[in-house]
Formats: sequence, structure tokens, C-alpha cells
Amino acid sequence: MIFSLETMLQLSIILPVFAVVGIVATGHKPDLREGVTISTSLVLLYFVITLYQGIKQGESISVQWWEILPGLQLSFNIEPLGMLFALIASFLWLITTVYAIGYMRGHEEKNQTRFYACFAIAIGSVMGIAFAANLFTLFIFYEVLTLSTYPLVTHAGTREAKQGGRIYLGILLSTSIAFFLLAIVGTWFVAGTLDFKPGGVFDANVNTTVAGVILVLFIFGIGKAAIMPFHRWLPAAMVAPTPVSALLHAVAVVKAGVFTILKVCVLIFGIDLLAVLPSTQFMLYLAGASVLLASLVAMRQDNLKARLAYSTVSQLGYVTIGALLATSSGVIGSSMHIGMHAFGKITLFFCAGAILVAAHKSKISEMRGIGLQMPITMAAFFIASLSIIGVPPTGGTWSKWFLLMGSMETGQWIIMAILMTSSLLNIAYLLPIPLRAFFPGTKTAFAGTGIKEAPLPSLIALCITTLGCVILFVYPQPLYELATAIVATPGLAHGQ
Amino acid sequence: MLAHLPILQVIVPLMAAPLCLFLTRSRLVWLFTLIASGLAFLISSLLLQQVMVSGTIIYELGGWDAPWGIEYRIDQLNAFLLLIISAVSTIVLLAAHTSIKQEIPADRHTLFYILYLLSLAGMLGIVATGDAFNVFVFLEISSLSAYALIALGKDRRALWASYQYLIMGTIGATFILIGIGMMYQMTGTLNMDDLSKRLPEVAHTRTVFTAFAFVIVGVCLKLALFPLHLWLPNAYAYAPSIVTAFFAATATKVAVYLLIRFTFSVFGLSFSFTALPLQMLFVVLGLLGIFAASIAAIYQKNVKHLFAYSSVAQIGYMIVGFSVSTTTGLMATLLHLFNHALMKSALFLALAAVVYRIGSVQLSQFHGLGRQMPFTMAAIVIGGLSLIGVPLTVGFVSKWYLALATLENGWWPVTALILLGSLLAIVYVWRIVEVAYFKPPIAGRESIKEAPLSFLIPIWTLVIANIYFGIDTRLSVQVAQAASQSLFGVSP
Repeated sequence: MIFSLETMLQLSIILPVFAVVGIVATGHKPDLREGVTISTSLVLLYFVITLYQGIKQGESISVQWWEILPGLQLSFNIEPLGMLFALIASFLWLITTVYAIGYMRGHEEKNQTRFYACFAIAIGSVMGIAFAANLFTLFIFYEVLTLSTYPLVTHAGTREAKQGGRIYLGILLSTSIAFFLLAIVGTWFVAGTLDFKPGGVFDANVNTTVAGVILVLFIFGIGKAAIMPFHRWLPAAMVAPTPVSALLHAVAVVKAGVFTILKVCVLIFGIDLLAVLPSTQFMLYLAGASVLLASLVAMRQDNLKARLAYSTVSQLGYVTIGALLATSSGVIGSSMHIGMHAFGKITLFFCAGAILVAAHKSKISEMRGIGLQMPITMAAFFIASLSIIGVPPTGGTWSKWFLLMGSMETGQWIIMAILMTSSLLNIAYLLPIPLRAFFPGTKTAFAGTGIKEAPLPSLIALCITTLGCVILFVYPQPLYELATAIVATPGLAHGQ
Repeated sequence: MLAHLPILQVIVPLMAAPLCLFLTRSRLVWLFTLIASGLAFLISSLLLQQVMVSGTIIYELGGWDAPWGIEYRIDQLNAFLLLIISAVSTIVLLAAHTSIKQEIPADRHTLFYILYLLSLAGMLGIVATGDAFNVFVFLEISSLSAYALIALGKDRRALWASYQYLIMGTIGATFILIGIGMMYQMTGTLNMDDLSKRLPEVAHTRTVFTAFAFVIVGVCLKLALFPLHLWLPNAYAYAPSIVTAFFAATATKVAVYLLIRFTFSVFGLSFSFTALPLQMLFVVLGLLGIFAASIAAIYQKNVKHLFAYSSVAQIGYMIVGFSVSTTTGLMATLLHLFNHALMKSALFLALAAVVYRIGSVQLSQFHGLGRQMPFTMAAIVIGGLSLIGVPLTVGFVSKWYLALATLENGWWPVTALILLGSLLAIVYVWRIVEVAYFKPPIAGRESIKEAPLSFLIPIWTLVIANIYFGIDTRLSVQVAQAASQSLFGVSP
């Protein structure tokens, strides 16, 4: 190894930021510029995988930068959950970059240098979120992520883009300052520390009302988790180019949200305390309502990306539910769902983008019969839909399995019913799309138009992620091991 | 030489002012002013260093003993303020030569620099002195030169704005003078240190109570506490851009300093917060100020007006921190004093660059500037983010302490309101961002270029300071902490 694990940890955050310099410097030569992006993402993936192996061998990796305010340190530490998130994000960044090359050129987007530069900063901040050792560090990168994705959302520079960007930034920044920051200051005030600690940071005899209020503030404040009523930013963000929607608004940004919630639940509150807070049950129902309502709204969307966005809102609710169930199955289910949903949803978005580039269609009603022209894309869409629904042979099965177990263990029958109903709704709003694409029934406008599959890089990317969905069914061990390690961390069960 | 630093701090710019008359060429005068202000900055850094190492410095003017002669008393609090004022003044001056070439007729350039130096000397004097009457003298020096500076604005409305400020400022100064007079009548002394020892003996009298009320109201007029802020927006909007950048970062800060000095050191904490329901009054007015002024800022069409209202809102934050009246609360106020000076000087200086290029700060004229003046607009964005309180900028540091201070007192609704208030900042900052980045340039203005380096260097010095002091908070936090602890130590 050239670098120590600690150095790699830091480099995985800094490297994407350095890449920005390279991207901007090579901006006038697209091939070189994309070369910089691809090689950065390869190196990043290498770092993250090496870190993963280090973690597997039981090494503890942590780095401290400096104190910003007395007691508030910028510091990083790798624990299983963060590792899982970093693995997914860095792997999918590589795939998305490949996809983006095909998409951005095929779609003749402008300002591509800015696009790749902001993308790299966003990934750097995702790594910062994943490896943050305390809430303060996490909050900083959380805000950087919001700000660095704003130019991506408004990439087109049109009226709609401006409008979408306004909602995006408005909700994410507002919730994070008004609630998240307040929750952090509250935690600091009550517990005296912001470090993530197995079993939580609060005393055993903490006032449960106060802690309950802080929990509510956290759940509302982490707007990236898109719990209703603070979910509007996600559909609004769909004005962004598809690779952005795919990686950031199906994987990186939203997963940063639920990841934070999971981390707060497990490592700030601790599941023992969480289980006795008065507001947990209320928040659980809120997340349940979010799951159901978002599914219902998704059914009514004709724009494919909007439907996928609402589907994401609904699926994010699953993760929050799993965290709030406060049992080990719930937490395992939640963390696995972060990964499973990532692969499924990114594939769906890749498909949506492929259709847009190849056939210039964004409405579902116009996609009837398109399967005959774009068979690979629509087959991928079908498989990824299965993963979202949660049926074999796709990875989504496992996470839903554990989530259902968790809700049964705790006797949350209503939540269980919600999860089941939502799966049915998933079938109703996702499966008809590929089915109608292959079996249009009547003659369609596509016959003889000469529409072909999307550009090759995009096609390769979406095949890889589809394959991922299937592989994660056969071989979910890496995810499972990390997920169990989260709850198996010593001291967790007893809240030391 | 080092022993004379406290007086040199004031005397250098004060003496430099008339000397400007001997230099005829505008560029020379500018250089001379810059050197004078730079010297003041150097002196203030040395003073701060000395104070942090060896504690309060007492300097007797002309060698006369304290209660009879005038005494300059530099502790952590005023050393901190001196540093803020002289640093901002120097950085802003870097851009002055380029900026006033367009905004002020050539024959008034010398006049401008003289007034600028007088104003600087006045502010430094208010802060440095330990004599209550001396405060009034320097207050008048800085105010009178400020009225004239504002009136130099190109727009004719500057005259009216200056007049408004003149009336309000004079009322304020008179109130302060009346207050000081009453204190003198009761105690026979003007020395602040002496006053703080003698006032408790007569604290129960109605005269002292009245004196306190006069001083507080007078100071609040000067610091533009809502609803006494009416003079501020126009004064900032129509003054020459450089003047706005200088005043926005310093003038109200000096008044906040006076508030702290009079309540904590002169009248004493126990008297100040029991004589009047000051805590209640200030927390309510502070919060009202935050919301009313932020909302007003959202509806402004002139960007200078917009940031002027934002300044009134930011004063609200300082006042809320003050009203908590704990060490953390006062620390939050002092930190915001420092941080806000950095933000607003960066923002107004960037606006000065915009004025230099397009001659207007109407929001409707900002179309397409994001592309045409990328560095200037980026500075406005970062300054704006700092105003919002995004982490890694100075704004976050002050928000954090303010939130902590109010929570410590159990005022959680206030904490929530403070954070909600900062959401309004998102709205008004983003109005500018959207216009500048999403609208195409106005027809006929495609050739607008980036501002010259003489603007960009000071602007970005301030912007980088906004980020640097958001990451490395040792200087600001340590000094603010030491200052607020010593203030509480003096009068527990």
C-alpha cells in the first residue's frame, strides 16, 4: 500500500475536490476532462474498497483535523454504516460518470465543465458525510452537499430550472437551519458532545420529553430524507439532467438524508433510548404516511422522472421506518435498503434518461411500445422495478424482508400493513411501464421511426446496475455483514 | 513608543486628516490616507496583542492623573473593536481610489479623504477613550464627518438621507450628552472607571435613572435598533459606495460597543438590568428587528437598500445576544460584531464594484452579472451565505453561539426564532443570485467586464477572511471570550 488507511480516508474526501481543479483546467478538451473524472472515480473507488478491507480486518480508522469551535472538531471515523454508504456512493459515481458521458453528449447539454466540477464536489461531500465522526462534521458536509448540487439542479438555466432550484434550496437549507441545526445545538446543550457513539450520547436519565422534541427536530430537519411534508424538493429537483437525478437524487443526496437519520437514531440516541421516547411512535406513523401518500401520488404522475421521484420519497420512508423501529432487524433492514434501493432506483433513472436521449420522450403515456425499439433498456427497467417492489430474484427482497421482520418483532401491525400495501402500490405504478412498452396492444408510433438504444456508455452503465440488482439477491453478504456490524458494535445493546 | 500606542491609535488618523490638504493630487492623498489607516491597523494589532498578554492598558493623556485628566483605557473589548475598525477601514480604502473616481467629482477627492480620516479617528477615539465626555466629543467628530461623507453621494437623494441622519444622529448624541451631564452632576466625575465606582452610591436617585435612560435611548438611536433605525437604509443606500462599505462594517458596531460599555462597565450589570426591564425590552426589540428588517429587505429593489435592511436585522441578533446577559450571550454579540463587519464590508465593497461597472445597484440591472462579473458575484454569493449562517463561514460561528446562549438561559423559543429569522436571509440573498445568474444580460450591456483588480483584491481579501475566520476561529473566539469574561468579572 502506498498510503496509510488514515491518509486514504482523508484523500477520499479531498480527492474529488482536487479533481475539480483538473476538470476546470481541462474544460476545453472534453475527452481529457472526462478522463480526469473517470480516473478520479476509479481512484476513489480503490481507496474506499481498501478502506473496506481494512475495516473488515477489524482496524479502526479515524482522523482528526482541527477544532473549529472549542469542543467542535472536524474529525472522521469509519464505522460500518458509513462504510456501506461510501461503498455504494463511490461505486455508483463511477458508473454514473460512464453513463453521463453518453447522456450529456447525446443530449448536447451546455456547461458540461461546470456539471462535472459540481458533481465532483458533491461526491467529496458525500464522502465527508459518510465518514463524519460527529454531528458537527456531518452537518458541514451536509450543507456543502446542498449547495454544490444547486447548480446541478438548475443546470438548464431555464425558468423551470430556476423554480425547481428555488424549492430545492429553499426546503433543504431552511429545514437544515431551522430544525437540524436547532437539534444539533440542543443535543450539544443536553449531552455535551456531538460524537457518534455506539449506544448514543444521552444519559440514561435524560428528560424524555426534551429528547423526544430533539428527535422530531432531527427527523424534520434532515430534509434530505424527504419525509412528508418536507419532500417537495425531490420532485422539484427532477429538472436536473438525468445523471444528476440518478446519482444524486436517487442515491447520494437522499441516501445522505436517510443515512443521517439512521446514524442519529443508532449513534446519537441509541436504539434503547429511541424505543422509549414519546415521539418515536408519532414519527413512525408520519414516515408510514409518507410511504403511502407518496406511492399514491406516484401513481398519478405521467412524467416518468416525477413518478420515480415520488417513488423515491416513498422508499426513503422505509429506511426511516426501519431506523425508528429501534430493533436490530429494523436497523439491518434500513441499512440494506439504502444499498438495494440505490441500485434499483439508479437503474430506473438511467432507463428514463436513455429513453429521453434516444426517443426524446419523458411522458409514460408516450412510451407505449417503446420496448421493441429499446429492448435492453426496458428489460433493465423491468428488473429494477422488481427490486423496488422487493421480489426475487432481486436484492430488494432482502431489505424488505428485514423491515417486515422488524415491524413484526415490535408488534407494529399498522406499519407492517403499510409496508405491504405500499409494495402492492409499487407494482401498480412501476410494472405497467415495461409491460406496456413490450406489449402495446395496438399499433404504436414507434414502428419504423428508427429509434435505437441509447449511446453505448449509457447502455453499459445501466446494464451494470441492473446486474447489481440481481447479484445483490444472490450475494448480499457484504451489505448484510456491514449492516449487522452496525448493530453488533459493542455497547450498543446496553447503551454504555 | 510602545507605551504611547493608545493615543497614537487616535492621533495618527486625526493628524493625518488636515495634512491631506497639502497633497493636491488625488492619488497621493489616497496613498497617504491608506498609509495612515494602515498605521492605525498596525497599532491596533499591537495593542490587541499587548492586552491579550498583559491585561488592560491605562494611558494618561498629558500625564495628568486619572479622575482629573483624560484617561485612555484599552481592555480586550476595545482592543478587539479597534482592530475591527482599523482593519476594515484599511481594506476598504484599497478600493477607494478607483471607486470614487466615478462617484465623486475630482475637486472633492481631497475633501473625501479628510472626512474619511476624521470619521475613522472619531470612531477609534470613541472606542479607545475611558472618559465619558471624550466619548461625546469623538462621537461628534465621527458623526459630523459621516453626515458630510454621506452627502457626497452622487444621487441627490443623498442630501436628504444625510439630513435625516443628521437629525436622528444629533438627537442621539444630545441624549447621550444629557445622560453624561446628569452623571457628572451626581458624581462630579467623567472618568468611566471612576463613574463605575461612584454611581452605585447614588444609584437609587431618579437622576441617575434618567441619565441611564437617556444614554440607552441615545445609543440605541446611533446603533439603529429597530424601531429607531429609520435613518439607516437611506444613508447606506445613497452614500458613496466606499463610505457605505466602511460605515456598514463599523459605525453601528461602535454604537453597540458604547451600549456594552455603558451598561456593563459604567452603570454596572446589576443596575443596568434592574433599573429598566432591559432584558425583556431588548429581546423583544431585537427579535422584532430581525423579522421586520429581514422582511423589509426581501421587498427592496435597490440592492444597497436590501443589505442595509439586512444590517438592521443583524443588529437585532447582536441585541438579542446582549439581552441574554451571560458570558456566552455577550460572546455571541462580540463575535457577531466581528463577523458581521467582515460580511457586510465584503458585500458592500462588491456592490461598489458593481456600481463602478454598471453605475447602478437596482436589482433589475443585475441581469446576467453572474456571467459578466463572475468574481464579484461569487463574492456576493459567499458573503450572502455567510449572512445566512452556512457552516464554514463566519456567520455560522455567531449563530452557533447565539443559539447556545439562548438555550443556556432556557429561552428555546428565542433560539427557534433566531434560526427561523435566518431563513429570511436565504430569501433575500437568493433573489440576487437568481437575477444575476439566470437572467440574460440586458441588451446593449453585453460588453460589461469583470471589476478591476483594485476592487477584486480587497473584496476577496474580505471574502477569504469570511471563510478563514469561519474555519479557524481561534482569534475571534478567544478575544470575544476574554472580553466578555472580563466584562462580567468587572461587575459580577
